[in-house]
Amino acid sequence: MNSITVTDLTKRFGDFLAVDALTFSVREGEIFGFLGSNGAGKSTTIRMLCGLLKPTSGSATVGGIDVGRDPEGVKRRIGYMSQRFSLYEGLTVNQNITFFGGLYGLDRARLDARRHFVLEMAGLHGREKMLAADLAGGWRQRLALGCAILHEPSIVFLDEPTGGVDPLSRREFWRLIDELSASGTTVLVTTHYLDEAEHCHRLAIIHAGQLAALGTTDELKQVFAGRAIIEVQAANPVEAMRLLDGMPEVEKTSIFGIAVHAVLKAHQADATPTLKGRLEAAGVSVTGMAPVRPSLEDVFLDVVEQAG
Amino acid sequence: MRKMLAVARKEFRQIARDTRTLMILLFVPAFFLLLFGYALSFDIRNVHLAVEDRDHSAESRSLVSAFVNSGYFDLVATVDAGGAAPGQRTLISRLRAGAQTAVGLMDRNDVRAILVIPPGLGRAVQTSRPTSVQVLLNGDNANTATTVMGYALTIIRSESARYQPAAAVPLLSVEPRVWYNPELRSTLFLVPGLIAYIAMITAVISTALSVVREKERGTIEQVRMAPLNAGSFIVGKTIPYFLVSLASALVIIAAAMTLFGMPMRGSWALLLVALSLFLVGALGLGLLISSVADTQQVAFQAAMLASFLPTLMLSGFIFPISSMPRFLQIVTYAVPARYFLIALRGVVLKGSGIEAFGSELVALAVFAAAVLALASARLRRQWA
Repeated sequence: MNSITVTDLTKRFGDFLAVDALTFSVREGEIFGFLGSNGAGKSTTIRMLCGLLKPTSGSATVGGIDVGRDPEGVKRRIGYMSQRFSLYEGLTVNQNITFFGGLYGLDRARLDARRHFVLEMAGLHGREKMLAADLAGGWRQRLALGCAILHEPSIVFLDEPTGGVDPLSRREFWRLIDELSASGTTVLVTTHYLDEAEHCHRLAIIHAGQLAALGTTDELKQVFAGRAIIEVQAANPVEAMRLLDGMPEVEKTSIFGIAVHAVLKAHQADATPTLKGRLEAAGVSVTGMAPVRPSLEDVFLDVVEQAG
Repeated sequence: MRKMLAVARKEFRQIARDTRTLMILLFVPAFFLLLFGYALSFDIRNVHLAVEDRDHSAESRSLVSAFVNSGYFDLVATVDAGGAAPGQRTLISRLRAGAQTAVGLMDRNDVRAILVIPPGLGRAVQTSRPTSVQVLLNGDNANTATTVMGYALTIIRSESARYQPAAAVPLLSVEPRVWYNPELRSTLFLVPGLIAYIAMITAVISTALSVVREKERGTIEQVRMAPLNAGSFIVGKTIPYFLVSLASALVIIAAAMTLFGMPMRGSWALLLVALSLFLVGALGLGLLISSVADTQQVAFQAAMLASFLPTLMLSGFIFPISSMPRFLQIVTYAVPARYFLIALRGVVLKGSGIEAFGSELVALAVFAAAVLALASARLRRQWA
């Protein structure tokens, strides 16, 4: 059962094609990741799916409702949390909850029940009277999430939800997302933290408004089928990278922390000792050199490069 | 409805939380009134007067004392034309003898008016021959000069009436009588203008800023994601500011009544109607500005420009509309304060009823409806 279906969705701003004929669908209860560099069209897509922007052409149904035809109906069924913590900083935790509950038309009894749930979920019991401005980042973010799901939407959109939050809070946040998904809520999340993307059941990589790749992380890593990736630890990684780039067996290289990842051309997996010999002959002392599984970052760079 | 109330309640809480803003909204206007009310007075007292008496008769001295006793003039110098010892030397003693000419006194702004009494005035009066005295005025401020001239004419006229035998009373005489403000106190005329001016500025600025602040902080984005139409958001946001600016306007009116003796001759209900229509128009203008501006700074400047200048210059607050060039007169039709002032002065000073300013109320309503329609059309387009 799909809770979001997108067909040839296109958005044009003047001459600029922000979203170019996107087609994909998201299953109920799925955590669906939207990956892409800044300006790739992620936010524009989300805004169309939330009924804020009218598509130029193509269609999208969210929770069974056509966003072009009934944006208000879509808004009733979704929750949205944006990259900026859109809470009222001058209001207390409780007042923020009351306000957003009121916006979604919750009656008193339901609001009280949901308030309890949100305070519990965000770990904010005892801090009801604190100003949102005084909350630490992680709490503020969980409160924002709570306010976005007060009305128990079946679909939640998270637009870069974890920007500017410490790693511990991010992990806690993703635990909440996993719980939401487990209870049947569909989550569509954009991020450019690639480690976070590993939490997603499926990922779509967007580049220049187009869908560049789609699948589970394992499926995405298949783009390297037949091409080995070797991680090179060298005393002088920059020099090692320069040398590797000039070798016929190597397709491309990239820096990974202090190591160099070299993607070998197809059927060159056993060339590793040869490469090592050449590096050392050129005076670069190699401390480690072994094939690694492609990371999501390898995938992302490869996909974007090929699409670009 | 519930959603609209949620917005209104949130807005109230934000205003209440932000005590500084609330104080500014409620009391700074009244403070403005004090400041302007005391500083902005067109009544002129203590006009520095010099006298050049070339007659030195009982009649000439009596004319001079009439000026002094009127309370409008202070005799600060006597210009000595003939060489006879002048009676008063308060200022002259400090001046160099050579500079005691009328022109010198006027040039140095030591005096604003000079009364010149020609020789033979006493004799002329005794023989009932018409004669004249000269009053020289400093015209560098035309308004003041006109007012001072009025004072001088009145004094001279009443002095000359004393010498005229009863039989010689002119057949046709003018007895000016000023209604509603018999003493022609300019505060009575200005205070209603100040009320309009201050109410306009606070209403426009506070609304414009409240919407633009949400744009700046990004909270409006979150609200737009909710199933709430632009209309509910606008109305919900306007209600609190309407009530606060109404309260603020009433505080100013109360202050004007207690501090400046502004009367209240008409009905409070009518005043409230006029005030409400005026404020709704001002709030609409604020919303319109907020639909154009993206930062609080721009909004503030636009709001000042749209409310401050027209209300001060083009409403008849200080400068009479009938004496403006034709083009500006046409522009004033788009200034809501113009209509509100007529209604306010009507209710407060004249105690007139709705028949006197019904068309002004209609104009206020039209203005309010027009800006609100325009603002909500624009905001609605930006909304989704």
